[in-house]
Amino acid sequence: MLHIKCPHCGMRSQNEFSYGGDASVKRPDLNKEISDEEWDNFVYNRKSLRGKHLELWQHLSGCRQWIKVERDTATHEIFNTYKADEEIS
Amino acid sequence: MTQKFRLENGGLINRDKKLSFKFNGKTYYGYEGDTLASALIANGVHLVGRSFKYHRPRGFFGAGVDEPYAIVQLYRNNETEPNIKATEQELFEGLVAKSVNCWPSVNFDIGAINNFLKIFLPAGFYYKTFMWPKSFWYRVYEPFIRKAAGLGVASTKHDKERYEHKYEYCDLLIAGSGPSGLASAYAAAKNGATVILAEDKPRFGGSLLTSDVNIGNQSGEDWANSIISELKEMPNVVVKNRSQVFGYYDHNMLVMSEKVSDHLPKTKKHHPKQRLWYIRAKEVLISSGSIERPLVFGNNDTPGVMLSSAAKEYLKVYGVLVGKNPLVFTNNDSGYETAIEFKKNGVNPIILDSRVNPQSEIIDEAINLGIKIKFSHVVVAAQGYKKVSSADIAKISDDKKQLGAIENINCDCICVSGFWTPTIHLASQSGNKTKFKEEIDAFVPGTSKQKETTLGAANGIFTLEETLKDSFIAGQDLSKKITNNDNKISFPNVVEKKSSQHDKFWCVPMPKGKSYKRFLDFQNDVAVSDIEIALKEGYRSIEHVKRYTTLGMATDQGKTSNLNGLQLVSDIENKVVPAVGHTTFRPPYTPISIGAIVGREVGKHSKPTRKSPMHSWHEKNNAVFVDAGVWLRPRYYKQGSETLFEASKREAKNVRTNVGICDVTTLGKIDIKGPDAAELLNRVYTNAWLKLPVGKARYGVMLREDGIVMDDGTTTRISENHYHMTTTTAQAANVLSHLEYYLQLVWPELNVNVVSTTEQWAGAAIAGPKSRKLLEKLFPNNDVSNEGLPFMGYMESELFGVKARIFRISFSGELAYEVNVESDNGQFMWEKIIELGQEFQVQPYGTEALSTLRIEMGHVAGSELDGRTISYDTSLEGLISKKKDFIGKRSLNREAFNSSDRQKIVGVVPLDKKTSIPEGSHLVKDAQAPLPNKKLGHISASCWSVEHDNPFSLAILKDGKNMIGEKLFVMSPLKNKVIPVEIVSSHYVDPKGERVRS
Repeated sequence: MLHIKCPHCGMRSQNEFSYGGDASVKRPDLNKEISDEEWDNFVYNRKSLRGKHLELWQHLSGCRQWIKVERDTATHEIFNTYKADEEIS
Repeated sequence: MTQKFRLENGGLINRDKKLSFKFNGKTYYGYEGDTLASALIANGVHLVGRSFKYHRPRGFFGAGVDEPYAIVQLYRNNETEPNIKATEQELFEGLVAKSVNCWPSVNFDIGAINNFLKIFLPAGFYYKTFMWPKSFWYRVYEPFIRKAAGLGVASTKHDKERYEHKYEYCDLLIAGSGPSGLASAYAAAKNGATVILAEDKPRFGGSLLTSDVNIGNQSGEDWANSIISELKEMPNVVVKNRSQVFGYYDHNMLVMSEKVSDHLPKTKKHHPKQRLWYIRAKEVLISSGSIERPLVFGNNDTPGVMLSSAAKEYLKVYGVLVGKNPLVFTNNDSGYETAIEFKKNGVNPIILDSRVNPQSEIIDEAINLGIKIKFSHVVVAAQGYKKVSSADIAKISDDKKQLGAIENINCDCICVSGFWTPTIHLASQSGNKTKFKEEIDAFVPGTSKQKETTLGAANGIFTLEETLKDSFIAGQDLSKKITNNDNKISFPNVVEKKSSQHDKFWCVPMPKGKSYKRFLDFQNDVAVSDIEIALKEGYRSIEHVKRYTTLGMATDQGKTSNLNGLQLVSDIENKVVPAVGHTTFRPPYTPISIGAIVGREVGKHSKPTRKSPMHSWHEKNNAVFVDAGVWLRPRYYKQGSETLFEASKREAKNVRTNVGICDVTTLGKIDIKGPDAAELLNRVYTNAWLKLPVGKARYGVMLREDGIVMDDGTTTRISENHYHMTTTTAQAANVLSHLEYYLQLVWPELNVNVVSTTEQWAGAAIAGPKSRKLLEKLFPNNDVSNEGLPFMGYMESELFGVKARIFRISFSGELAYEVNVESDNGQFMWEKIIELGQEFQVQPYGTEALSTLRIEMGHVAGSELDGRTISYDTSLEGLISKKKDFIGKRSLNREAFNSSDRQKIVGVVPLDKKTSIPEGSHLVKDAQAPLPNKKLGHISASCWSVEHDNPFSLAILKDGKNMIGEKLFVMSPLKNKVIPVEIVSSHYVDPKGERVRS
């Protein structure tokens, strides 16, 4: 079971969180004309990569904040966690 | 019955407390502190079971967790548990145990005929033989194999015992209380670190309890006891015996099973039977020791052949002789230690050492004690069927390939030692890539993967002095990093005997003209010949060899067999062992009871139960409840001997003719506040929201980004920047997360707050033609006329002094309202409505009538919004705004969503107006068409229409728009039904929607 540092609450067990997928996906702006391909990439296509992955988790049974977690998908190592609006260098 | 094999003195058992127990129906006696195994051996019982495949007699091989043979069915306090290791089960007064895998009895076992057919049961036998004809597998082969093979029998009764889970954090978790565990725990504890020290056995000390060593002028055992008593006194230390750390998971979380009560005749009041610990440790010290390796020779599975370390443990811990005429067969010095213990207790052992001319302190001691030693000698085969009676021995050439003349010598047990295998399971589970250590012919942990450090024998270090030194330093250094304390501990003086190099020899060659079975895996009956066949047939990967032969796959997971199996594969393949590699170590290290894994989450405790504030009223009024997610909702209110069908029909009918009241507290409610609240709703719902006036409600549908309908509900504008959203009961939590996702991540610029208020409001739906009259009684000071409170109107009021919200919304197709009060006033509201509604024949209605009413009028719910339908399918496309963008809108361009024969919701009525249509049935054009008969749609919900008094269903049907009036067939192969039906509009009641606006 992973041990995730919520940037708002501190170290918490994985079972307090729910997974939200790739955090690098950006929703296209409303009312913007975009191609089918762009939309498909947003809705369906994910990299499913091995290694370092920036992903979303929601601290569901805690502060209910969506956070970003930098995790290695192969080893589960967590390098860093960020608030939703935090700049990631 | 006397304990013929119990020594007069010695051992760590309590001889003042005699215990009686039964094994296979016979009464025996042992002492407090015995295991079932030691007590049976004390009574001369060596036949405890039959082997898995060949049903060969099985005795004892080890003295602990590594035991492959002595598996019993245990009976304790009117409960039974299968597959208990006799070597781990502590004796208690009245214990009852039986052998497994034998019929009719362990002494006369019919399955043993397999033993004489063994030439027919080599590796892969089942795969090759029982493959065809295919239909025979289920009917003939499998039931037979299941009956013939297998271990204990699980109880089918409810387990009355309690199992607990415990979550714990510590600086250091130390697995194993042998010398390395004790030393590291002590050093870390002295540095102020919080320490959990876990020992799987009842006694602490590990190898110190059986080895002849001296630490700081004390015996090993005394030193262990003094350290443990000091640790137990320290507030920062938790010391746990009977506790097996069995799994090393991600982020340094380990799981430990503590057997709290298994050693007692009965679990004490308020105590659990077992406790599962989830431990998050900053550092983990693995001091799990090592397990002795067997030597492989003919009939090496005969009862009486056992590990020499086990024989020593039975002697030193339990005061029990495993035999009175022992033969020790060894390739290293460990066998000598066992022989010396026998000799000290007046028994004359013979040592066979495969080595040519080894020299060490221990060997010298054995010689000085007058023990007979034969160097360059091996056991070729054990003789005896249910117990060893003699051994065929021979001289072996220096290259270990040639055997000399075979000689038979009498013995009643053969104690084998093929050197030691470090217990690396936990390290490997943590992700550590193990490495092969040539000097000890075994794998040891490599570079630490998580925060784990492996010490002592588990790390392949077999001298006490080095082990203690490493462990003191590790405990000190690791705790220093955490606590910043640096208390130096003086290193005790260690006296131990030096050992000589072990012999790289593990398997005795087969003498000419013989065909003994030489076993590698004792629990799964895998012999040398099986591995040879697997390799001959082309299996190369060790993982494949394992699965084909079942080597290492039994409940003992190959603790004694894996390395010898690898040695054999590497010999045949002419590879070095590390090139062969080992199979993956997976948790659990040892079997864990299902009860412990489940813990307290059984029955009613498996999930929380949510009850509405009106629950006790429902109970008092004969409500029959149904699970709606975690909520309990009244399904119907039973009057007299009514059935569900009769009651729900009565309740629904009463709504259509008079007035009904339904508890709708469970509907999800989300409070939305902020200047951008309208904008958020406008983006979330498919219809327009910017112009909804204060005091008005609107129905909305929300989509997922892929265009599929996510949920529906009404949202009411309470005030300028304040909205009250309702969701379906099932989607309440998901919708809240959905809103939070967009507010926090996608549109953080929107100034809106959302919070769940589901539990803050109690809700009652009042529906039926007489509902307005009832409302007038409830709120005499308000104008609730059609003009004062029109359809989709909202007002705030007081219900006899209690703050109330009134919504004019309808889920039933009737004139209807929903009244919300704060939860604490829910019961008051409900009783008031019932009281004042008497004159209008008000009746409560449950979820069954609620469904009937909504199905009849064609209002969609969860069974239509099933995650596969879009707005068009559910006839909600009229709510799609063309003027604005919203979540999921871009997906609606998809070709499939716009095809001309797209599925759509329709009504379905059976032609005979009598036959109820099972939900989930398929709609087909031709009932006689050959399979696969093309499905045109499916029945999503069915009811008995109270308006028309005949069955009515909703269906999602291909090209539903153009199918009205068509005749189709409903097919339910599950219910074996074919029903001719007519397709009608999904609005079966009041299609123009006049009633809700009346």
